[in-house]
Amino acid sequence: MSTILAVRDLEKAFGSVVAARNISLDIPPQQTVGIIGANGAGKTTFVNMITGHIEPSKGSIHFEDKDITGLPSRTIARLGISRSFQVAQIFASLTVHENLCAAAAIARSKVGILACALRPLHSPRTIDDADAVIELFQIVRYRDAPAASLPQGARKLLDIAMAVSGWPRLLLLDEPTSGISIEEKFGIMDVVMSALKSRKITILFVEHDMEIVARFADRVLAFYDGTVIADGTPTAVLADPQVQAFISGTKAKSGLQRSAVHA
Amino acid sequence: MWSRTHFSGALAFLAAAVTAPALPAWLVSLATIAFANAFVVLGLVILWRAGLVPFGQALFYAIGAYSVALIGRYTGLRDAFLMLAVAAASAGIVAFLGGYLLARYRDIFFAMLSLAMSMILYGVLVKTQTLGSTDGFHVETPTFLGYAPRGQALNLAIFWLVLGLSAVAALLVRLYFRSVAGMLAVPVRDNEIRLEFLGISVTRLIHLKLVISGVLAGTGGALAAFAIAHVDPNMAYWTTSGGFVFVTILAGTSSVAAAFVGSFVFELVRSIAVDILPGAWQIILGSVLLLTILFLPEGLGSVFSRFKRRTPVVAP
Repeated sequence: MSTILAVRDLEKAFGSVVAARNISLDIPPQQTVGIIGANGAGKTTFVNMITGHIEPSKGSIHFEDKDITGLPSRTIARLGISRSFQVAQIFASLTVHENLCAAAAIARSKVGILACALRPLHSPRTIDDADAVIELFQIVRYRDAPAASLPQGARKLLDIAMAVSGWPRLLLLDEPTSGISIEEKFGIMDVVMSALKSRKITILFVEHDMEIVARFADRVLAFYDGTVIADGTPTAVLADPQVQAFISGTKAKSGLQRSAVHA
Repeated sequence: MWSRTHFSGALAFLAAAVTAPALPAWLVSLATIAFANAFVVLGLVILWRAGLVPFGQALFYAIGAYSVALIGRYTGLRDAFLMLAVAAASAGIVAFLGGYLLARYRDIFFAMLSLAMSMILYGVLVKTQTLGSTDGFHVETPTFLGYAPRGQALNLAIFWLVLGLSAVAALLVRLYFRSVAGMLAVPVRDNEIRLEFLGISVTRLIHLKLVISGVLAGTGGALAAFAIAHVDPNMAYWTTSGGFVFVTILAGTSSVAAAFVGSFVFELVRSIAVDILPGAWQIILGSVLLLTILFLPEGLGSVFSRFKRRTPVVAP
């Protein structure tokens, strides 16, 4: 299988507003794909369609050769596609460990609700699963802290850690570094990317910071006006005149120069 | 897996069972009603933990009670256990069907929809002449696997039945609270989006909670019907539902035992209040609720758990 995700002619219209159109692409397994674009370019709409949060108006999505177009998000999650959110979605009243136990227990339980009523949530396996993910994302010192008290960076890591608890094969990260200070961004992305790669997860991440994109992506999709205007290596896409005009502006030029040092 | 909670629960259970014949008759019947109502409160606690407060739980209570009364009236069946099974199943089926609608609503909409459903049943019961309209009708005396007591022996038998089933319900609900579905109550309240994206249906989770709480309320209603030997439409009225919400606030949602203690305290306070101020006992009950909310916002149960949390610190 050379393609984990195949998207054909995807379109989403909200009334007369077309939020996404003519999106066709193939993602090979274990690729790390950066998604860039200005606000309203259709990035999040694209992520929402893949993860079943909204139903496409047209087109098809195949995951591991299975048609998943229009399936509900929980079914898609069970099939192996997980996501994190721009604003971290966590269980604020629980501790970090309890958050991850809940995620691990759901992943380990069958789809039937009755089965969920007959198994204890805190089994040795779910506790081990939770601790493994805590270690993977280097949030051990927050293990027993209430999730509501976490600093922004740890909160984002917890959100992604929960998404990883179900052993997904494809993970979509919606702006993993939004709300995080510039000094912390690279450190957090290093933790996230090495954690995901150790589990051989294919990654799609939406990102505004061109330096992060250049540093972590194998491939970049540039969105503009609901469709993909450039698709290729970070160097090629960020050098594209259309991308520079519509998306990265002048800021990208300095970003590119700095990214050349990383490469 | 015998914890200290199990041990103290078993001790309280045995003490109540053994001393019952020596206790005054009024106290036995008060405890019978209190523990029967505690079944409904347990169901409310299950929903409450997920952030849902039903204002119409009397619907299932009345279905349980009327099931028992109807079986007595139209069939020759008198066995308490069989009648209970039918009552619990009827309430469960109604909860399952109503759940398709209720599970889609939250907050005040959930509360009001549940209230509306219970008031429909109330209206039907009031308008049905064959079921005694507003007066209700008599419940036949049950037998217990062939044993057919009369007088105070019957009251004691009903008390022991309620007590025994309370122990079973307490153990099962405690197990449920530790299950995946039970533990996900706080996550349901915190963040439904995250749950859906972890691969579980929040609607189905809530539907399950509704059915469990419906079965509990139906069982409570059936037991209350045995104890009172009479059913009337007030069992479905919104003030009955409001009473259960009151007891849940008083008891708190932190433990299973609190539902029983809270329900007992409520009945005790109510009967004392009626004794002191026959015309205005609601003033005393209202003040108790006010004081509970002010000084014990997490209910009577929080007193035990506070005590429990303090003990391990003493012995390192």
